[in-house]
Amino acid sequence: MEQFKIPIGRGIEAVINFFVDHFSFATKAFAGVTENGINLLVSAMMFFPPWALILIFTAISWLLTRNRGITIFTMAGMALIWNLGLWDPTVSTIALVIIATLFSIMIGVPLGIFAALNGVFYRIVMPVLDLMQTMPAFVYLIPAIPFFGLGPVAAIFATVIFSMPPAIRLTCLGIKQVPQELVEAADAFGSTKWQKLFKLQLPISAPTMMAGVNQTIMLALSMVVIAAMIGARGLGGEVWRAIQRLEADRGFEAGLGIVIVAIILDRIMQKLGSRAKKQ
Amino acid sequence: MTHKIVVDNVYKIFGPHPDKALKLIDQGHTNEQIMQKTGSAVGVAGVSFTVDEGEILVVMGLSGSGKSTLVRCINRLIEPTVGKVEVDGVDVTQLSTVELMRFRQKHFGMVFQNFALFPHRTVLQNVAYGLEIQKVDPGAMRERSMQALTQVGLKGWEDSYPAQLSGGMQQRVGLARALALDADIMLMDEAFSALDPLIRRDMQDELLELQERVKKTIVFISHDLDEAIKIGDRIVLMKDGRVVQVGTAEEILTNPANDYVARFVEEVDMSKVMTAESVMVKPSALAYFKSDGPRAALRKMQKAGISSIFVRRDGKIIGMVTADDAAKAIKDNARDLQSILITDIQTVRPATPAIELFPILAGINYPLAVLDDNDHLLGVIIKGSLLAGLAEGLQTGGNS
Repeated sequence: MEQFKIPIGRGIEAVINFFVDHFSFATKAFAGVTENGINLLVSAMMFFPPWALILIFTAISWLLTRNRGITIFTMAGMALIWNLGLWDPTVSTIALVIIATLFSIMIGVPLGIFAALNGVFYRIVMPVLDLMQTMPAFVYLIPAIPFFGLGPVAAIFATVIFSMPPAIRLTCLGIKQVPQELVEAADAFGSTKWQKLFKLQLPISAPTMMAGVNQTIMLALSMVVIAAMIGARGLGGEVWRAIQRLEADRGFEAGLGIVIVAIILDRIMQKLGSRAKKQ
Repeated sequence: MTHKIVVDNVYKIFGPHPDKALKLIDQGHTNEQIMQKTGSAVGVAGVSFTVDEGEILVVMGLSGSGKSTLVRCINRLIEPTVGKVEVDGVDVTQLSTVELMRFRQKHFGMVFQNFALFPHRTVLQNVAYGLEIQKVDPGAMRERSMQALTQVGLKGWEDSYPAQLSGGMQQRVGLARALALDADIMLMDEAFSALDPLIRRDMQDELLELQERVKKTIVFISHDLDEAIKIGDRIVLMKDGRVVQVGTAEEILTNPANDYVARFVEEVDMSKVMTAESVMVKPSALAYFKSDGPRAALRKMQKAGISSIFVRRDGKIIGMVTADDAAKAIKDNARDLQSILITDIQTVRPATPAIELFPILAGINYPLAVLDDNDHLLGVIIKGSLLAGLAEGLQTGGNS
């Protein structure tokens, strides 16, 4: 049997090689730009002393959630991170998550809208999303390197691929859930497609879309950690180093930092989602 | 006189083989046979009628008769398979997508059975929707929307959200949304069918009153012959996607085109069809067992000019109190209604035929309560209202 192995792997490698040969100048240039963006964001956050940044994050979480518990947790959690000496890696992890999430939303939301409105595209994209989500996350790391070189941009690329599906899926779901009679009413009054989208379908699907964004952020965070293997810095890097040196203490501390960041982001997003639902 | 709307031989076939189905319709096959042979469902088959300017035309039929499909063929929410729809001489079926959009904005206001209000917009924003997508400037938009809201009696509710309103009020918003546009045609798809009977009757009256002022051309879909008779200048009766008869209520009642119509009409035969529901009126006051004492009950009766009042507890009618008893109880310094509550009262269900109400009413000298299965009060019947209801029914329904 094995002498007739179907060359799936070789085929994919050939495709990747082709793209690397012909397009890597573009992806590398893109990598340069993105890397500058990341550095800019990181140094902007580093510009503030930790205590000031903690206060800023605390204020943001209060403004977004108006929830005392979440706000206090934000302040205490970040103070603990600072105390553990994990401040710098945490800042760069947050920067990576923010940038990866922005990319995922910028690509995922329009694709989700398109999938909801176009039956053919829907049937094509859904199995692709299943594939993207079931494929072990590590696999995305491999082709990221030849395109973007070792480092944070390759990590962001892999992260975006991994975290985009929920943004697409839940945007699509939200729009499809808009009751047919409301769409009919909008049509009956002579709305254009864009008016229907912006005045009816998007506002009504906002809570579902927020749930998608929340999932995207969580997946991005978990992938940013894995992506430490290809040179993403941050808390994942700390964990990765602890594994290589068998330093359980360092590993647990960095892991705790990731948990704190995850809880803060998750609670804030959930609060935003439920507020969107109330409206 | 030219007609405002001309529907000319419109067919709508749902499913895979419209051509085959059309041929089979011509050969006189029934809808079930066509479904079996082609897998296609016949929505509307060869419907033609006209609507004059300022007329209320009611398209009526049972569910599945194709009436909702038909009304959607007029503004092309559903694309007719073949046939022509002309509005002011313009063939709507030939319009391009963009032209159709403009045409809908200009000519069609639509009201839906389940209201179809936008939940994320306030009442005012809902009413303004049609104007907003036409990019009317904000000042004029607000003014016209407020005017439409005033017309339907909802001034003061503009900043509420639809979910905060009762069903009747929501449908008023739906009506205002269609009115604000200043379109000349209103398509009303079972607009009042989802409302409680009493509210439905009020809304019908209000629509007729409104029509006196605004003089729109209205195509009204209904499955209720009483409603059709009440508000329709003319009625189109449909069955299985085909028109069975077109005419005024009078013509249809006195001269049914075939057995089907005759059987329908029989149902409005007064003695049989008038029910407690159709002759009941709103109670002018109610006493609440938990909060009202004899004084409050008496005061409510005096205000409403009645001599007895029904008493409600936890949403259910538990009895009634007379003015005389209440006055006595006040003298005796009673605090609640318990001692004077008359629990042995006559009640009827909404479906009780009117003919059976006479003997019941003859035996009592207080109003008769109409209760649903959960003992919620739907309305009351007094001798006067029963006679008035029957007289009104005889006037519109006529022949028997």
